[in-house]
Amino acid sequence: MAKITMTVNGRQVSGLCDDRTLLVHFIRENLGLTGTHVGCDTTQCGACVVDMDGQSVKSCSILAVQAAGSSITTIEGLSANGELHPVQAAFKAHHGLQCGFCTPGMVMTAVDMIRRHGSNLDEATVRAELEGNICRCTGYHNIVQAILAAAAEMGGARHAAE
Amino acid sequence: MYDTNYHRASSIDEAVNIMAAAAEGKYLSGGMTLIPTMKQRLAAPSDLVDLRHIAEMKGIAVDGRSVRIGAASTHEEVATSAALAAVCPAICRLAAHIGDPHVRHMGTIGGSIANNDPAADYPAAMLALDAVIVTDRREISAGDFFTGLFETALEDGEIITAVRFEAPARAAYQKFPNPASRYAMTGVFVVRRDDGGVRVAVTGAGSDGVFRHPGLEAALAANWSPDAVANVMVDATDLLSDLHASAAYRANLVKVMTKRAVAAA
Repeated sequence: MAKITMTVNGRQVSGLCDDRTLLVHFIRENLGLTGTHVGCDTTQCGACVVDMDGQSVKSCSILAVQAAGSSITTIEGLSANGELHPVQAAFKAHHGLQCGFCTPGMVMTAVDMIRRHGSNLDEATVRAELEGNICRCTGYHNIVQAILAAAAEMGGARHAAE
Repeated sequence: MYDTNYHRASSIDEAVNIMAAAAEGKYLSGGMTLIPTMKQRLAAPSDLVDLRHIAEMKGIAVDGRSVRIGAASTHEEVATSAALAAVCPAICRLAAHIGDPHVRHMGTIGGSIANNDPAADYPAAMLALDAVIVTDRREISAGDFFTGLFETALEDGEIITAVRFEAPARAAYQKFPNPASRYAMTGVFVVRRDDGGVRVAVTGAGSDGVFRHPGLEAALAANWSPDAVANVMVDATDLLSDLHASAAYRANLVKVMTKRAVAAA
């Protein structure tokens, strides 16, 4: 058993878990944040993607103890003041989901993609970088459109602020 | 996953000492192979010694053409290093196509090399670049380091701390990814030195892991051109054959990937 502390969505949290407990299970079961999903058992689907210290990671392939001391953002931490994050709003506007199971991972992946590429993001890059996220409903088309729209809007917003 | 004991090391010495005291320990770097393998119960180390927080294993240093990449550098750090891109863009592009973005944020060059998966990308780069694998106790040339499928020259408890190489005049890597797993079904890293010397290293195809191809090297040393590959015989005898591709198919891929790499270099 390990007692670990980390920052999740801006709040410091502590909990007891086995050394072998995966970060995704710590997030879901110890913290009750069930927006982060487990869609496979093989590190392939990306439904569990969260942000750890500023980078997207698969929380099903990291032990909770490895993440001790880090700062985590989950899908629950994206919206602010009751407003959807621009990526969440774009997924809604562009129908970027059907059943919604993969959506938390898709949205967290999109946020990371836009962080790295900004408004320079193009369709080929989006499709290549979705390699680690599997959706079994949509055929990806609307997911790609949503990410491009969010990138354009967030890039535009950044220019306006400069 | 079976039970295990996690330890976080803050120095190389500390990591070695923890490992020496462990029953059946394993070093944990990015964990992008090890944790999934443990989840499948295909590995059950008694102890994990986390190397991610060891400062002396981090960082990429380029001095003229001399490159030193700390073993704990992530694929993302290698892919986006401007200093590295200025002298050896081929290794940046290789790193940018390992796994997916999330895997690249965690996985490290040291972990990949230590694991020596026969379809991993980095072993081809190390062998073609004639890199030196630096450990906590010695330096090993890449030619002596990769000894077979998932086998290396590393001794019990030995840690890769960095890799070193001289940036070549030209280099490129081309792979044919498996459409499902995206691992290289065949990947070829070509290097041409200032003195005209050529090295060609192949991953994903050899039944004994990464290997150099003397026939392709000789042909390209005589004529550095994609056309030079056409008449080279690639023997399928020692190549992998599985449900993804026959040995003969892989033998052809070796030539095609070599041609593409030379064209891209």
